[in-house]
Amino acid sequence: MTETATTKEPNREPIKASEIDPKFKYELSRMHGSEKILRCFQCGTCTSDCPVARYSETYRPRTIIRMAQLGLRDRVLNSDTLWLCAACFTCTDRCPQDIEVASVIRVLRNLAAEKGCVPIVFKEQIASVLESGYAYKIPDLRIKKRETQGLPPLPKGNPASISKSLKGVKFLENIEKKSEQQ
Amino acid sequence: MSSNKYLIFLGCAIPYRVSSYEISARKVLAKLGVELVEMPEFNCCGLPLDPVSHEMMLILAARNLALAEQQGLNIITLCPGCAGTLKKVNKILKEDKALREQINGHLKEAGLEFKGTVTTKHLMQVLIEDVGLEKIKSAVLKPLTMLKVAEHNGCHILRPKEYIGFDDPEDPQTLKTLIEATGATCLDYMDETECCGAPSVGVSDKVALQLARDKLNHVKMVDAQALITICPFCHIMYDTNELRIEKMFNEAYGIPILHYPQLLGLAMGMSPEELAFNELRVNASKLLTQVTEGAK
Ligand code: SF4
Ligand code: SF4
Repeated sequence: MTETATTKEPNREPIKASEIDPKFKYELSRMHGSEKILRCFQCGTCTSDCPVARYSETYRPRTIIRMAQLGLRDRVLNSDTLWLCAACFTCTDRCPQDIEVASVIRVLRNLAAEKGCVPIVFKEQIASVLESGYAYKIPDLRIKKRETQGLPPLPKGNPASISKSLKGVKFLENIEKKSEQQ
Repeated sequence: MSSNKYLIFLGCAIPYRVSSYEISARKVLAKLGVELVEMPEFNCCGLPLDPVSHEMMLILAARNLALAEQQGLNIITLCPGCAGTLKKVNKILKEDKALREQINGHLKEAGLEFKGTVTTKHLMQVLIEDVGLEKIKSAVLKPLTMLKVAEHNGCHILRPKEYIGFDDPEDPQTLKTLIEATGATCLDYMDETECCGAPSVGVSDKVALQLARDKLNHVKMVDAQALITICPFCHIMYDTNELRIEKMFNEAYGIPILHYPQLLGLAMGMSPEELAFNELRVNASKLLTQVTEGAK
């Protein structure tokens, strides 16, 4: 079983002033998806309705929002639990302050990814999309079997066209830079 | 409706491992007069990469939309995740000119342009809005009145309401209505709109399997003879993991997980073989016997 991002306790040490980045919340409120983060009044609806929070000892969307508001940039972005959200959007639909909570989580994940914190499943999917257009490597057997199943041939992806369209994407450029440095 | 013709966007999960859904959906749609055109050179809808890079998701989704625009046809998907993503990106890019220009700058490199001229619908939305309940009901030759089943909509067909908005996320009715059109009874149960857990697989299998277990427990509580899904990921989550969950938590379910078009296909008189029942992990033979005997 894969357990890449579950059990690590989040950092619960007392907050030091030096950890706080007061501009973080403003940065977030300018990004697509987390515009309304300042509106959170910590009611807890998101956490109490979150299916993942029910079974995870560490994942709490309300806590993540508060830490982000406080400017605890590194604690939030380095936290493994960020990757537990199932993107079910229950919180987004139920937040009384109309915050797109799931999108805030997504924005934070994007920022973590830019720093290089990405679970392996995602790396594999990106590699596969670049290679074939599909997020998973579709087994040859499946592709061949389609005919006997009465299904039309699987459309071939166009990796060249995909790579051209993705040119200049920040995340991919970061990966390239990293592999050049190594 | 004169133009029941769509580009079919298969996405990744279905060709990867859920052919029973594709087979049954194509059969049913053909009989209901919906024409499907294969979509050349499409790529992943973008959703799986959104957590890593929103920018990449937008480009991938917009590339698909631009390809469909070239064909001049609206899109049908079998996966709610794909439908939701294509709908959402279409709306965002139509409304946000600056973002549209930025994304089109990327697509231009590949000779493509997003204009915002096509719409995307999930299978269920096509069935209810374009085929219509009357036509579906009149195609039902063998009503499944002997069956009591439960539905699982899954998240992405319902939420976020702002972008998906064709059913009530707190009390969805479409799938129920479509199930009852087959003659079967659709049972209510606890936490119907709860997530299947699939997106947590690989990040925390523990959380994912607990969520699936809850669902199966709730479905069992009302004695449903089957659980009906309309999403490849939800289907994988339950069908592939049911036996594993039974062993892990010492439970006994024996609840077959059917794709909605498999249920509808049975009611339309198609055989289990035609509808790829043999591909299901959880054996559905008991249910099929009930259907045959109930029809006598
Ligand atoms: S539901 Fe909204 S307002 Fe309430 S704690 Fe969560 S994000 Fe904050
Ligand atoms: S979208 Fe994520 S944070 Fe929100 S309720 Fe679902 S799993 Fe929890």
